[in-house]
Formats: sequence, structure tokens, C-alpha cells
Amino acid sequence: MATTTPAATAKPVEEIDLARPRQPLWQRIDRYLLPVFTLFAIGYLLVPIAVMIVFSFNKPEGKFNYAWNEFSIQGWLHPFDWPGLGGSVVTSLAVAVIATIVATILGTLIGLALTRYSFRGRGTLNGVIFLPMATPEIVMGASLLTLFVATALPPLAGSVPLLYPTGFGTIVIAHIMFNISFVVVTVKARLTGFDRRLEEAAMDLGADELTTFWKVTFPLILPGITAAALLAFSLSIDDFVITNFVSGTTNTFPIWVYSIQRNALPVQINVVGSMVFLGAVALVLISSARSGGIPRLR
Amino acid sequence: MTAAATTAPARGPGFRRRFASAVPWLLLAPGLLWLLVFYVLPVIQMFTYSVSTGSIETGFTLTMSPDAYIEALTKFGKQFLNSILYGGAATLFAFLIGFPVAYSIAFRGGRYKSLILFLVIAPFFTSFLIRTISWKILLGDEGPILGPLKHTFGILPGGFSLLGTPVAQVAGLTYNFLPFMILPLYVALEKIDPRLIEAAADLYAGRREAFRRITFPLALPGVFAGSLLTFIPAMGDYINAELLGNPQTRMIGNVIQNRLLVQNDYPVGSALSFILMAAILVAVAVYARALGTEQLTG
Repeated sequence: MATTTPAATAKPVEEIDLARPRQPLWQRIDRYLLPVFTLFAIGYLLVPIAVMIVFSFNKPEGKFNYAWNEFSIQGWLHPFDWPGLGGSVVTSLAVAVIATIVATILGTLIGLALTRYSFRGRGTLNGVIFLPMATPEIVMGASLLTLFVATALPPLAGSVPLLYPTGFGTIVIAHIMFNISFVVVTVKARLTGFDRRLEEAAMDLGADELTTFWKVTFPLILPGITAAALLAFSLSIDDFVITNFVSGTTNTFPIWVYSIQRNALPVQINVVGSMVFLGAVALVLISSARSGGIPRLR
Repeated sequence: MTAAATTAPARGPGFRRRFASAVPWLLLAPGLLWLLVFYVLPVIQMFTYSVSTGSIETGFTLTMSPDAYIEALTKFGKQFLNSILYGGAATLFAFLIGFPVAYSIAFRGGRYKSLILFLVIAPFFTSFLIRTISWKILLGDEGPILGPLKHTFGILPGGFSLLGTPVAQVAGLTYNFLPFMILPLYVALEKIDPRLIEAAADLYAGRREAFRRITFPLALPGVFAGSLLTFIPAMGDYINAELLGNPQTRMIGNVIQNRLLVQNDYPVGSALSFILMAAILVAVAVYARALGTEQLTG
């Protein structure tokens, strides 16, 4: 902004500022109010996380971990000590891993096609690929459920296997579906800044197309693919709305929390939530440290 | 690919060219097929059920009956209104909080830029459901906020409560979708060439003037994206209404969930989802037009 203006061009501005009464209020807002406001907003974003972590050390008086009682590390010593909790965490992880792998592959292929090839319908496709991201989750969940139910009712009635009753398989199908667009967008962002001359150089040096792809292209877009996979994984492990429609009697962790929170709120929910949070933060820190190293190498 | 086509030895140029033109489609096929079967097809199925009659026991037959739509529109006007009202309020608050934050990160972030951005997305590393439960703890009648205000400071009467009110619900909605507002705003603001603002200053625009005529109009694509990314999920949400609101503040998502998962009323549940989707598409179109023209004339 004005502060970065080179001295030569800034001169007339200063004259004007002197000529006309300054706007001290505006400036004060700019200098003090803005950072303070930002700090508060960040606080607003982080307070519930802090509450989650703090209350994971609570020893609740009754079945509900809503009010602070006394400090205890019992929850952390027995993080899965509640029927169904451990299983739901395992299910969540399994769903997230499978959905992430499949969605990352499918999405990366679409991203490659959209950025490196021109073909008829590319413009339309570039827009259409956003649709699943712009559709309310509840509509996607509801519509998937109608499809799955329809495979079990006449006229189809069992001619399409595996989709009903809903369960692990349908959760994975749904997660792959909503993850694809996010992967495409993330990979595309990485590919647009890609220097095609690097590939040309490789081929000038005698590498064929496949070698060029695996030795040059792939390593360069790998950070984008990793970022996309991380995003897909976190979306998948957190998803509640869509999963709730297609999970049947299978419990992922969020579904389990939802079904139990009416009757009890064990401290273990906060413990597992904190573990997931800390694990995710660690993962991101590691991967950003890694991808931060790549530009330096170049 | 163009580079490959020119440097590769001519091994049947016709075949090569035809293969090259098929490559993008080969890359697209698996992902698009997945989206076709599990995104497009379900919406068609949902529409079919919305104009069908029958029950989960006997199956549904396509009768083109508008009954489900009539029931959806006459019985649930209040819930639709709540969705628009609370979703809209949450979007507005998210904008009012998010814009200054995005502005600070983009223009004042300095070396803390990535740290602040990381803090903004940190809530995504915890389950949406657990964060909402944290709000329930925070806003509880004897919780960390109301407790001290009632007993230590005596500002509030003992019977005062926030949980189960629209205030808590909107606070929760705003909170849950705030990062979706901040990130696109940040991306848009970050892209702005600071020389444009300097130029405005050179042309005698004050800070306020430069903000109003340069910075804000250039940030409009971010405002557009951010509002949609906030409004769409907020409008379809049913967790905040269930955990933080009361039966009077239920939103359309609660009804859809109840009809499809509890009552197995597929026609009405489908009709409601379809109306929600259509309403959002119309809102997006109107909003795009409004912002678009403003951008041209502003």
C-alpha cells in the first residue's frame, strides 16, 4: 500500500495529504483496530478447539461432559474405552484411506486432462466440475440415498448388487464422489503454474514421454497431489452430513458421536477429537516443511 | 503433448494423432463416470421419487403427482424461511468478520501470513460435530461464558440462557463456515496488484476512496465465492439447529433428514431436497448477476 510506494511517486500523495485534513480515524482503524479485530476473530475460530482439548482432561460428574468438574487424564489413558468407539474410529480411517486413494487418482487424471489438453467441452467441464462443491451436502446425501434405496425396490429390486442395504461400501462410494472435485481443483491450481519447458528440455535430452512424465512432470506436481490427498483425507474423516444418509448401521466416528450425544457425552469423544486434531496438525506441518524444501531445490 | 507429437518419430501419424486426441478423454473417463453414476444419476433418481407415490414397503411408482411438492411447500414454509434467515444471517456475519481478517492477512500479514492462514483452517482438523459440541459447552447455562457473567460479575440474571436460541444457532453457523468465507476473500485480496492502489493514491484518491473504488471491487470475486461457500452449507445445515437451537428454529435440513431417515417418506424428502437445490441455484444466478453488474459499473 502507500507505505511501500517509492519515494518519487509518493511525493504528490504527501502533498495532498497535507493539503487536505488527514483521516486520522481511518488510519487508526487501519493500524490498531484491524490487527486487534483479526486477533479476536482468530480467537473465535480457535476457542472451540481449546475447549475440546481442555475438556478432554475433564472428569465429568455425570454421563455428559458439559461442565468442568476436575482434572483427570483417565480419558487419555483409556481413549477407546467406550463400546463402539474404537470400531468407529477404525471405520473412519479405513473409509478415509480408500476414498482418498481412489479420489486422488481419479481427480488427478481429470486435473491433468483439464490443464494439459485442449478438447471440445473443456470450458464447460471446467465449470461443471465445481457443481459437486456447490451442491449442499444434504442434497447429495439425500439423492444418493434415493439411488441406493431404488436399487432395492421394484422395478430394479436387487438387480444391482451391493448398494443396499447401505453401509461401508456406500460410504466409500459417497466419499470418493464428493472428494473428486476438491482434488481436481487443488491439482489444477498446482498445474497451472507448471513450466512446460522443463518437459521439453527432458525430451530434448532424449527422454521419451513416459520417462519425462515419471522423472520430470510427476515429481513436480507431487506436492499438489499430496495437498489434494491431504484435503480429501481431512474432508473424508470429518464428513457427517452425507455419511449420515448413506451409512446404514455402519458407524464412522462422527456418526457414532452423533448417535451417542443424546444419551451420553463421554470424555473420550474429546480425547479422540484432540488426537485427530493434533495428528492432522503434525501431518500438515511435516508436509509443508517438505514441500517448502522443493522450491529451494529448484 | 504437442511437444511430444512434434519430437516423436513418425510411427503412423494418423494413429498417433487419433490416439493423442483420445488421451484427454481416457484421463477424464474414470472420474467423470464416477460423478455421472454417483452425482448426476442420484439427482435424477431423487427427482423421480419426488413425483412418485408409494411407500418403502411396496415401492414407489412414478405417477407425476405434484402432491409431495404441495406438501413440501405448504407444510414447511417456516423451516424454509428459517434456513434463509439463519443461513443469510450467518453469511452476513461471516462476511463482516471475515473481510477484515482476510484483508489483514493479505496486506498486513507480513511474515505471519502462513501462520495466520494455518490458524484459519485449523478448525477443519477437528470434526465439525465436535466443534459444535464445544459450542454447546461454551454457551451452556453454567458454562465458561455465562457462568462468570452470572455469578462473578452479576451482569446477567440467573435464568438467562443462550443455548436453544436463534442467537446460539447463528453463532454456531457463523463459526462453522467462517473459514470458507475468509479463504476465498484472502485469495482475491492477495491477487490485487499493490501498484493499482498506489496508482489510485497518485491520482489523489484518499485511503477510503482507494478502498471503495479499487480494493473492494477487485475483491468482489472473493466476496461472491465466499458468500456462496458459506451460505450454501449453512442453509442446508441441520446440526447447529439440532444442537444449539430449539424445535422452533429447525431448518429445512432437519425436515429433509427426518423425512428420509426417520419416516422413510421418500417423495416429500426428495421434493424438499429438490426445492432446496433449485432455490440455491436461483439464488446463485441472481447473486452472480447482481455482483456482476455492480462490478461493471462500479
